[in-house]
Amino acid sequence: MIPGTFEYHRPGSLDEAVTLLTKFGDEGRMIAGGHSLVPMMKLRLAVPEHLIDLGHVESLQGIEITGQSIEIGAMTTQHDLIASDSLVETCPLLREAALTIADPQVRYRGTIGGNVANGDPGNDMPAVMQSLGASYVLHGPSGTRQVAARAFYEAAYFTAREDDEILTAINIPVPAPGHGFAYEKLKRKVGDYAIAAAAVVLTMDGGTCDSAAIALTNVGDTPIHAEAMGESLVGTAVDDGAIAKAVAAAKAAASPAADLRGPRDYRAHAAGVMAGRAIKRALARVKT
Amino acid sequence: MSDASEMTLEQREATIGGIGCARRRKEDVRFIQGKGNYVDDVKLPGQVFGDFVRSPHAHARIKSIDTEKALAVPGVLAVLTANDLKPLNLHWMPTLAGDSQAVLADEKVHFQNQEVAFVIGEDRYAVSDGVQAVEIDYEDLPVLVDPKQALAKDAPVLREDAAAKDDVGQGPRKHPNHIFNWDVGDKGATDKAFAGAAVTVKEDVLYQRVHPCPLEPCGCVASMDKITGELTVYGTFQAPHVVRTIVSLIAGLPEHKIRVIAPDIGGGFGNKVGAYPGYVCSVVGTIVLGRPVKWVENRIDNISTTAFARDYHMTGELAADEDGRITGLRVYVLADHGAFNAHAQPTKWPAGLFSIVTGSYDIPAAHVSVDGVYTNKAPGGVAYRCSFRVTEASYLIERMIDVLAQKVGLDKAEIRARNFIKPEQFPYTSCLGWDYDSGDYPRALAKVLDAVDYKGLREEQAEKRERGELMGIGIATFTEIVGAGPSRNCDILGIGMFDSCEIRVHPTGSAIARLGTKSQGQGHETTYAQIIATELGLPSDDIAVEEGDTDTAPYGLGTYGSRSTPVAGAAAAHAARKIRAKAQKIAAHMLEVAEGDLEWEIDRFKVKGLPEKVATMKQIAFAAYQSLPEGMEPGLEAVNYYDPPNFTYPFGAYLCVVDVDRLTGEVKVRRFYALDDCGTRINPMIIEGQVHGGLTEAFAIAMGQELIFDETGNIQGASLMDYFVPTAVETPVWETGHTVTPSPHHPIGAKGVGESPNVGGVSAFSNAVVDAFAHLDVTHMPMPHTPWRVWKQCEALGIGE
Amino acid sequence: MNKTAVKMTVNGQAVEGQVEPRLLLIHFLRENLGLTGPHVGCETSHCGACTVDLDGTSIKSCTVFAVQAEGASITTIEGMANADGTLSALQEGFMQEHGLQCGFCTPGMIMRAHRLLQENRDPSDDEIRMGLSGNLCRCTGYQNIVKAVRYAADKLNGRQEAAE
Repeated sequence: MIPGTFEYHRPGSLDEAVTLLTKFGDEGRMIAGGHSLVPMMKLRLAVPEHLIDLGHVESLQGIEITGQSIEIGAMTTQHDLIASDSLVETCPLLREAALTIADPQVRYRGTIGGNVANGDPGNDMPAVMQSLGASYVLHGPSGTRQVAARAFYEAAYFTAREDDEILTAINIPVPAPGHGFAYEKLKRKVGDYAIAAAAVVLTMDGGTCDSAAIALTNVGDTPIHAEAMGESLVGTAVDDGAIAKAVAAAKAAASPAADLRGPRDYRAHAAGVMAGRAIKRALARVKT
Repeated sequence: MSDASEMTLEQREATIGGIGCARRRKEDVRFIQGKGNYVDDVKLPGQVFGDFVRSPHAHARIKSIDTEKALAVPGVLAVLTANDLKPLNLHWMPTLAGDSQAVLADEKVHFQNQEVAFVIGEDRYAVSDGVQAVEIDYEDLPVLVDPKQALAKDAPVLREDAAAKDDVGQGPRKHPNHIFNWDVGDKGATDKAFAGAAVTVKEDVLYQRVHPCPLEPCGCVASMDKITGELTVYGTFQAPHVVRTIVSLIAGLPEHKIRVIAPDIGGGFGNKVGAYPGYVCSVVGTIVLGRPVKWVENRIDNISTTAFARDYHMTGELAADEDGRITGLRVYVLADHGAFNAHAQPTKWPAGLFSIVTGSYDIPAAHVSVDGVYTNKAPGGVAYRCSFRVTEASYLIERMIDVLAQKVGLDKAEIRARNFIKPEQFPYTSCLGWDYDSGDYPRALAKVLDAVDYKGLREEQAEKRERGELMGIGIATFTEIVGAGPSRNCDILGIGMFDSCEIRVHPTGSAIARLGTKSQGQGHETTYAQIIATELGLPSDDIAVEEGDTDTAPYGLGTYGSRSTPVAGAAAAHAARKIRAKAQKIAAHMLEVAEGDLEWEIDRFKVKGLPEKVATMKQIAFAAYQSLPEGMEPGLEAVNYYDPPNFTYPFGAYLCVVDVDRLTGEVKVRRFYALDDCGTRINPMIIEGQVHGGLTEAFAIAMGQELIFDETGNIQGASLMDYFVPTAVETPVWETGHTVTPSPHHPIGAKGVGESPNVGGVSAFSNAVVDAFAHLDVTHMPMPHTPWRVWKQCEALGIGE
Repeated sequence: MNKTAVKMTVNGQAVEGQVEPRLLLIHFLRENLGLTGPHVGCETSHCGACTVDLDGTSIKSCTVFAVQAEGASITTIEGMANADGTLSALQEGFMQEHGLQCGFCTPGMIMRAHRLLQENRDPSDDEIRMGLSGNLCRCTGYQNIVKAVRYAADKLNGRQEAAE
């Protein structure tokens, strides 16, 4: 399993990277952590002629938390997310989700930007970002724009990112203090993609849910954020009846393919089970 | 007479570090420092690399192969196809089972990823480019994936080369896709037992196609010295001597001009017994190019082409009286052997030792019939960490006895106790003809039930069932048959399955032992040294053990089927005893007494009644090279070729407790207790390690491993993304125990242990999963017990929501 | 074919080479530098046999190009013994607790355990299992590997008398 030949480029700045990307067009590919791309290259399912390594673009690194917003540079690794105490304090869902991704070695290399940008429906962070209401910063020759995570994913490996744009950062609104959260992932073993997974973020006011967002991983062409799932909880006490409605909505929203993880009906069912468990765990974590 | 004489007996025993001692492993020193020498670490001057162009189709005619573009790739030196091998008559090779296998696809491909062309180049990068550049035109043919369709009248004929043959190496056949029928037992008596039975049960039990998947894939480096005409082949060979003989037979080279070296091997588990096209092509490559050629398969090649295991579609039937005492066993097996019959069994045994299927039970009548068939899948059928087809047999009987227990309403431990061969019945001859050497099954089971508080577990299970929770308790009380084997009934290509050991004691009292087996992680350098240490009275630290080089080691049949300790271990003991017999003569001469006046004690001979008059083995070793009795040859060495009088029959009792999440189908192994009886225990630490490893492989098989094909023969999930190899997180914590029932016919009473945990483990896991559903009248669930399959069972019972 | 210069530090030694950009780090280490301790087991970043330490992270060197390691400091199993040549606590632990059989996974396992203990000096058994979940072993069933890491942690934390 040996990749095809390519030319290697190591831009030192974002502009340089965009210039290279524009110049090479279809023949160029960005490499971040490389743990999705390199195996594809070894199988010769990806044969870029130019590889543009974002590893030395310093402006893509780092986590910055200001009053209302968390900004995470695209080249921040899953390990960095896990190790960031301030992030764990502000938005603990990220650590919980990151720990379910791949394995320790891969998390040292795998980046948040790569995970959300490449459009692989098996990736975990897209649904997490949708549940958090995050948006992605895209930088291209004509400037910078932001696209909501909930609007970013079009189909498997197709996203709102233009070919000459780089996803440079992720903006996450700081979740309300005391919010409940959970990422429930059913998988065959460590390192596997989800059979089904669900991310939940919710807030409670007194005994009533005043906001809830649920998104699903790997049960469709894209991550699935279904308004109906969250809305069925809002205004309720998140009791068994409300949870059952949300679970039913999750199952209805899921449209998984059959694969070695199981047939369609099982995986859709599992999406519901994960959603239900995530809601219960999120609720239990709410601090008032 | 020596400083050792100041030591107590215990200290002297400890210094020897012999049988029974948990000494640390000698081989570890290199492995923990990255100094192991595996085949891909071999780098010879001028070495080049080879790799295959493989078929994307499972069944297709090759219309054309164009190698021109590949030959133009920088660094590519040669591209071999079947047509290049034909003049050498090497485009097909004989298999261990008497069939033929295409080395490079000859006119037709028979399974996906079959080897079609071999590209040789300066390094693996150039070769990879060359492989991409070979252009092959195929014409698709109808694909046969389901063995149940193989013998249909209108089934596509897979092996056109063999279509006209009445026999493809294992007896008469009845269809172009039929390989053999193997029939054993007394059909009349069995039918009679069923006809008059109070209770009968029947179940279809598939043991799915799996792959041993050692962490190191297969590979070799072949190097032809054109000046001397000597061929050296380094490779991942569990049986290096057999490889030498095969290379000699198929390449037509004299055997003394061939040196086969198995360096360190990164796990085998049966995968490295067979002979593969990569070996043949590397040999041809080095002959053609005059440069060493390395071939190392990648993981996908490994899982999809080299030596799968199992794929036994079994139907089991038991007849019993109303008390659950078994009166008859009937088994039919449809065995999917893939495109070429390349299973690795003793040649006369087309279904291996499957007739051990009566297990630990005293069954008066049994009949077994096995049909082997071709399909468009990779060849193989090796014993994946078990003796030949023993795990399939054990799985069947251990499943069936549970099915019977449920039918007659007996506890699953009780039904076993009721049917056990009793301790006083040993040596015991089974109705299918095996002579069980020794055993005490009731003691083993009782010890396990006690250790886990079986009664308490059943009570807990009953409470959980009341609450709608699923908890299962699985028991397996298995008996293996290992240590192949007596040459009267075991051979490979006509060579009896003996094994060998040669020991040389050096003048200063250290020694080197060479054996015909080959460790792949079992710790032979340590355990053989312990056997010899005890027999010779020299410290195991001072005994080097060497295996795997056919130029230096005596001929042996290799390591698989738990045969190393039962066969080569016995050879080691016998060779050491020969040396000790000579040493006694030398000692008598040294001490100026008659031989009969001497007695042996740990590390020395002493004169009876004169305990201070001693000759230590170290002193005798020196004397053997200097002051010998009149007329005695100098030196102190011996060789023994050991042809075992019988197999050995290790056994065990395992118990597994699982909790099932009925909503997700996940099975959590809460507890696993494994009691093994492998006879005399040479190194308890190594035994426990073998048990842990075998249980983990059993866990993987029962819970997730499966080679899956779609209807056009595409293999699904042939990488470690999908093929289930559990990590430390999924793997349960193991509890172990043991009893010791020595083998009466083995010189040190040892039986072998490496494969017991896989044989017993798979049944215990599977039985536990089914037991979780037993109160809902479920009698069988197909392996592997993946979450989706288990959930489907829940859904069918209306408890999955 | 275009080659690119790479420089890095491996086991404390400065090394350099002219490599094809597609050369995988594992092959640079094994073929160019002759460091055959790290192994190739799966090629798809699942098995961890190729694990080495790179700038304070454990990585799977089969899924990183040598050019990506430009300027990096790398430690392989060959650089794990103590400066005086004695075995490190982890190496000793693997031997004492029978944490290996065929030895093929061992270099990657030890390198990963090394980084784990740098980040968590006293992991629980569950944390060890999670920490080693990127490394597959087919022989040991992991139980003795967990004990081996525990042995090293105990020794590094001064809780253990010197091994016999």
